[in-house]
Amino acid sequence: MEILKKIMTALRGGAREVGEAVVDAQGTRILEQEIRDAKESLDDAKNNLTDVMAKESQAQRKAQLIKSQIKETEGHVNEALDKGEERLALELAEKIAGMESELAEQNEITKSFGDHVDRLKSLMQDAERQIAEYERQLSMVKTTESVHKATEAISDSFATTSSNVRSAKETLERIKAKQEHAEDRLAAAQELEREASGADLDEKMAKAGVGQTGPDANDILERIKAKRK
Amino acid sequence: MATTYLKDLAIRLAETPDNFDCQLIPGDVDVLQVVVDDLEEFPIYMSVSDTQVLFITYLWTEADVNPEQRTTMLEAMLDMNIPIPLSAFSRIGDRYVLFGAARRDSSLDAIVTELHTLAENALDALEAMQEFFL
Repeated sequence: MEILKKIMTALRGGAREVGEAVVDAQGTRILEQEIRDAKESLDDAKNNLTDVMAKESQAQRKAQLIKSQIKETEGHVNEALDKGEERLALELAEKIAGMESELAEQNEITKSFGDHVDRLKSLMQDAERQIAEYERQLSMVKTTESVHKATEAISDSFATTSSNVRSAKETLERIKAKQEHAEDRLAAAQELEREASGADLDEKMAKAGVGQTGPDANDILERIKAKRK
Repeated sequence: MATTYLKDLAIRLAETPDNFDCQLIPGDVDVLQVVVDDLEEFPIYMSVSDTQVLFITYLWTEADVNPEQRTTMLEAMLDMNIPIPLSAFSRIGDRYVLFGAARRDSSLDAIVTELHTLAENALDALEAMQEFFL
């Protein structure tokens, strides 16, 4: 999109100017204005919509009323015919003709309100899509700006504290040293655990032949031999 | 708004059983520095906008890169962007970064995952890319 291209151009123009280039971008203000305008027209459309929808149901009610009046009058016509009142029946039929044309008119009005509602709804959808699109573009500008400002804040905080930016090699060496240290500590902990459980001492004693308690065959043989003498 | 969000987040992160060391850096744009476990080489910098939270950690600078290897490195970074979970490579000025983004209304769980993943990814990335450094 247009905005993304502008950001790319600004970024390629050099990091130092990016902040300003993006902050100053007339585009930001224009976008914000466009979002406001689109939201306003969306509000207008909403107001219009409720208005038109009210008128539509009003027209529908009116048509319904005429329909029921026609039905009622048709009943009267039948009654008049039953009683042989031909003239009255004709008069009533003329009344029905008038009501029918009124109904046709009312239906026309209802339909035109319905069309208007559809138009307004699609207008609102367009406006909502437009707002989402403007907001997406604005967020690109704002994010770029924010990231650069955040980097400045972080750099400032680095400058004031002693933890200066290390080179990649130094960082790697630190990590390696830490990992070795962690391995040494793990080995030491295992050693300590072995010592604490006595396994280590038993092993040493067995090696030195110290503390063996089981009877020794040689000793027994010597003892028996001594008794025989 | 952003400050409140970040302060609130710092408190909530401190209450998790995980080992997070949080520090607020005030500025034009407020930033929350989070050190995950003992990965202090890769502090994560969080900033918020109206809609999203950005997690950024700095990897290395242009000065670290062997000029002869630069294009190969950039291609490798592009190739690795998808395999690296939840994070992507980028650049701010002359610093190469790894970053993640989440919705502003993301759950604490999602943010915790993002922080752990990003710090571990940064460590892996630095180790994987060391052949390109001077």
